[in-house]
Amino acid sequence: MTRISRRGLLKSGAAAGVLAATGMPSFAMGKRGGTLRLGLAGANTSDSWDSRTHSDSFMIMAAHGAVFDTLTEVSASGELVGELAESWEASPDAVTWTFKLRKGVTFHNGKSFGADDVIASLNMHTAEGAKSAAKPIVSAITEMTKLGEHEVQMTLQAGNADFPFLLSDYHICMFPAGQIEEAIAQGIGTGLYKVESFDPGVRTLLSRVDSHYKDGKAGWFDSVEMIAINDASARMNALMTGQVDAVNRVDFKTEPLMKANPMINIFEVTGNQHFTFPMLTNLSPFDNVNVRKALKHAINRQEMVDKILLGHGAVANDIPIGPANQYFAADLPMNEYDPDKAKSLLKSAGLDGLSVDLSASDAAFPGAVDAAQLYQASAKAAGINLNVVQEPADGYWSNVWLKKPWCACYWSGRATEDWMFSTAYESGVPWNDTGWENARFQELLLTARAELDATKRRDMYTEMQALMSSEGGTVIPMYANYVDAHSVKLTNSGTIGNVFQMDSSRLIERWWFA
Amino acid sequence: MSSVSRIILQRLGLGILTLFIVSIVIFIAVNLLPGDFAQLVLGQGATPEAVEAIRKDLGLDQGLIPRYFQWLGGVLVGDLGNSFANANFASFVGTNANVTAPTVAEQIAPRFEATLFLAGVTAAIAVPLSLTLGILAALYRNSIFDRVTNVFTLSSISSPEFFLAYILILFLAVMNPLLPSLSNIHDGLPFGERLTRTLLPALTLTLAVTAQMMRMTRAAIINLLASPYIEMARLKGLSPLRVIVTHALPNALAPIITVIALNLAYLITGVVVVEVVFVYPGIGQLFVDSVKIRDIPLVQACCLIFAAAYILLNLTADVLSILSNPRLRHPK
Repeated sequence: MTRISRRGLLKSGAAAGVLAATGMPSFAMGKRGGTLRLGLAGANTSDSWDSRTHSDSFMIMAAHGAVFDTLTEVSASGELVGELAESWEASPDAVTWTFKLRKGVTFHNGKSFGADDVIASLNMHTAEGAKSAAKPIVSAITEMTKLGEHEVQMTLQAGNADFPFLLSDYHICMFPAGQIEEAIAQGIGTGLYKVESFDPGVRTLLSRVDSHYKDGKAGWFDSVEMIAINDASARMNALMTGQVDAVNRVDFKTEPLMKANPMINIFEVTGNQHFTFPMLTNLSPFDNVNVRKALKHAINRQEMVDKILLGHGAVANDIPIGPANQYFAADLPMNEYDPDKAKSLLKSAGLDGLSVDLSASDAAFPGAVDAAQLYQASAKAAGINLNVVQEPADGYWSNVWLKKPWCACYWSGRATEDWMFSTAYESGVPWNDTGWENARFQELLLTARAELDATKRRDMYTEMQALMSSEGGTVIPMYANYVDAHSVKLTNSGTIGNVFQMDSSRLIERWWFA
Repeated sequence: MSSVSRIILQRLGLGILTLFIVSIVIFIAVNLLPGDFAQLVLGQGATPEAVEAIRKDLGLDQGLIPRYFQWLGGVLVGDLGNSFANANFASFVGTNANVTAPTVAEQIAPRFEATLFLAGVTAAIAVPLSLTLGILAALYRNSIFDRVTNVFTLSSISSPEFFLAYILILFLAVMNPLLPSLSNIHDGLPFGERLTRTLLPALTLTLAVTAQMMRMTRAAIINLLASPYIEMARLKGLSPLRVIVTHALPNALAPIITVIALNLAYLITGVVVVEVVFVYPGIGQLFVDSVKIRDIPLVQACCLIFAAAYILLNLTADVLSILSNPRLRHPK
């Protein structure tokens, strides 16, 4: 805890005022006690404690947000802090990283945490036949050396300045070495909460561990009941009738009703989640950069935010980097809706008009088909005949995405620029859904990755975003907000994380009963 | 051997044959759906290698026929296998052992128990209610009471279940907080609490099934009221209620029992919408989830349970109808 000197306090007049008014230090402190009841969407009967497979909000909150810890953590205000790692340092080329681990940490079964657990947990992602979403992160590590009981050195294939950031990924939880099967079956981690009962897709009950290294900083509830409520109306009802204390994914249609209820607060953050329309740029007519530009000027972004997201979002500028990223280029020239400009761009592409198919299904994102139809209407003014093909939701990701020349898609975004770009926009990666090749972009991607100087990185990432925005192969009209709601009985520090929904999925740790 | 037990044995034999056919049909149907477990569970991350890896682990790369017989072999010795989701994901931590994953039977048991509990509570409300209403409607037929009952039950059966559910939530949970709108029952809940939480879904289902049973009771009784023996009873000077309850009802039992059995089967197999609205952890939700990800072992097991429920309840209905009819009980 920070010690406030008398002089320091006097310097800050505001803090002194608060102190005088409440008799409390200015930083928010939690209060222990109570059972938190959460009604959460995103639960499945196929859920398990295997964090490599996590992709939906229920298990991310349960594992990453309560039962397990990662090496690093993105704090509510967005900076990287240590979780199980106490500190880390890099070699100047950002290739070799040394992590000092927290001492005196034990797993819920009593085993103490150390370097071996880190190595075993990371190896889970690259094990033969493992299907981990974090495989690309971990497979970049060529060597892991145990320097001591609480010190690990990792050598990467190539320099990566973001490496500690990547280790905050919710897939890379720390499991006890040698007991991983058991830990996956029962949920044995080092987190603030241990598993009392786990019924996949139905209900999970957690209780606070007696002592924890985060004591006094997080983990205020005595126990937590997580109830799977995938049906939006049932979830909203449960909060309205006081059967749960907080819910995720507020239904936009009933949001005004909930807002009117004095017992409920809605909390909304704009993060990196964005909806996209990727085109395969190796196919005609999308191989023509002017066609791509024309399509970017033929979409009415504000209308999309207003009608598809009902205002719960922000316009995006065809870049997959969002407000929750460090080097987000917010002041790039906007690709405005401009039918005349689109027309003239088509002309410079040597075309009088354009007729293209856009494949969409609500599997891509809620309202994707409606969004495609809005796009169709706005593109008509630019002389573009956009034919909406409604695809079945079943098998959308295997039969349409990456296969059809132009389709609807969504990305939850990534914590770092490099991670986002190297997941879906680096040339040759499997998820590159545009096939866009740009030598300068590729060069910058590799240089920025190994650069430790923040100013230089900002310049490089800004240039990359400018390139993508003007020439890239994907139309990204909007960022979708994370909209959650809680009962007024709950309170928090006042800063809410925007990496993921429900306070970056760490509501269980960070909130308390007022 | 008495004729009744011979019929039971015959019907059980036919039932097993039906289950066998059902399992083949479901197996083929699930395989006809687009996409398979590997693709659906990987979603956006379905790279060809990952899909191939999962298919290989689960034996999905083998043909339809060997896979079916492998499954059938397991079922015949009472092993429903492991669900794909569990078999797939608990493994690959450096070893292939997946010792702790729950089996299909372990996954289904608590869900099926919850479904039976809901069906039981609903039946306990709906069956006496619809029989009483049916008898009273027959007694006071064409009266205001008869018409009101008819209009009410027919309009409740004509409304979709989720609509009835929301209406009940509105009145009984939101406007007058009498009952909880969440029915998330779980192990270790005291019986009273469990019952309270189950009441709203049970009431919704009651509204959905009462009409048919009530109308059938009413129709079957009215049908008999024209018979000579009823006229005889009436001429003896018996009260109308006594005529109906002791003379008409026993002879109307067969069709009523059949309709009750059909409705009970429906309560076991078809309540997924109500489960979703009330977050009730029954088997319907599990079934829909597993169809979504093409988890064939779970789908097959659920279907077998559903089919068996239909077969057994129909059998029970037939046996009870025979027992209620002396002419069928002692065939010449």
